[in-house]
Amino acid sequence: MWSFIHKLGSPPWFFRFGGNLVRWLLPVTLILLLVGAFWGLLVAPPDFRQGNSYRIIYIHVPAAVVALAGYYVMALAGAISLIWRIKMADIAMKAAAPVGAVLTGIALVTGAIWGKPTWGTWWVWDARITSMLILFFLYLGVVALFEAYENKAAAAKACAVLSLVGTVNIPIIYKSVDWWYSLHQPASIKFTGESAIDASMMYPLLLMIVAFYGLFAVTVVMNMRVELIWHHRQSSWVRQWAGFE
Amino acid sequence: MPAADQAALSLSAAFFRQFLRHGKTLAASPSDLLNPLLFFFMVVTLFPLGLGPDPERLSQMAPGILWVVALLASLMVSGKLFASDFEDGSLEQLCLAPHPLAILALAEVFAHWLGTGFLLALVSPLFAVMVGLPTQALPVLVVSLLLGSLCLTLIGAVGSALTVSIRRGGLLLSLIIIPLHVPVLIFGSSAVVEATRDGNVASWLALLAALALASLALAPLAIGAALRISLDNG
Repeated sequence: MWSFIHKLGSPPWFFRFGGNLVRWLLPVTLILLLVGAFWGLLVAPPDFRQGNSYRIIYIHVPAAVVALAGYYVMALAGAISLIWRIKMADIAMKAAAPVGAVLTGIALVTGAIWGKPTWGTWWVWDARITSMLILFFLYLGVVALFEAYENKAAAAKACAVLSLVGTVNIPIIYKSVDWWYSLHQPASIKFTGESAIDASMMYPLLLMIVAFYGLFAVTVVMNMRVELIWHHRQSSWVRQWAGFE
Repeated sequence: MPAADQAALSLSAAFFRQFLRHGKTLAASPSDLLNPLLFFFMVVTLFPLGLGPDPERLSQMAPGILWVVALLASLMVSGKLFASDFEDGSLEQLCLAPHPLAILALAEVFAHWLGTGFLLALVSPLFAVMVGLPTQALPVLVVSLLLGSLCLTLIGAVGSALTVSIRRGGLLLSLIIIPLHVPVLIFGSSAVVEATRDGNVASWLALLAALALASLALAPLAIGAALRISLDNG
């Protein structure tokens, strides 16, 4: 067990391990995505109030769930890099930030598309939408901070500090936005879909959430491998892998 | 004569000197003290110009307007917090000092807050009257700004410490700090809104105070770590 964790810190070993991981995780993820999408979009029954438009939850909810989890993954990697100074954690953090930002963006856009037929407007200042928007800003801040630093080792540490500060703040932000919303609750909009979801709709949703976690893992590992090659482009193991030696 | 490995100054003396040093620099340039207030004044003026002079509507929006402008003013000044220390090399000396960097940085942040957020909270009733905030809400506005600006300054100092080594880091500072300011804005403006309706003010102020204490405890650690990282980059 410990030797496995130590090996994770070695760039050439992780590069090969990541390659093997992607090789089987990518097909599994794609199959799960296809099955989940087919099940959710075609097989699951239509909602009796929203008809077929509710089916966007099979993209919207998994993206939102994984986007939030992704921030914690990023912050955890940041903490590992600050405490144990493991380079691989820096690379994981850098790889996770843009993926999380894109997932948050997907959740926001699909939410707007869903809102149009359901609430009659593209954007509502609902508590959950607003928290998601702020999460999007938090991700963008980490990405922007990383790009601004010239010294990339310092950039990773700075982003680690920022993502840890963000982690402490996220529960406070969520709670505060919740209270803000209940203070200013507008009367004109009625929210549907608060009732318990039926099992026939639930199973494809769970499947899609698992598939999105797989997608997140695959994308982050692929990002990390690209980063590793670039970082170690002068070293012999990369040159051997590329066939230069 | 203290031994070589022993600090020549006690921690509290070092804290106090650091506080005085930053306070003196602030006091030596009155424009640094006045400019945030002028900024506050001018941006408050923009709102009636943009929204129309209807006193009823303005007074309804006054809590939000005042709090957003206070947040922007704090954002404007927090970029300069560690800039001069970074440029003239005193930050490196602070890093070498035998005392924790977090505590020494906190002294500076505190002096900075007294010169900016604290002053702004004290004069805020003047501007609040201009946008028609009901008089009964004025004390709550001052208290909420006192507590809130302490949070804003501490969180802003984390951002300032992270971006101090970056040329033209001002806009970046806003990008990384604004999302973290959201709870402060919500708690602060809600307290003032509740005060205009004679509602439950105490719970919002208590939340704001909790946030201020939590950032007082945690932010210095992040500031210290961030300053060391910035020195590595610079």
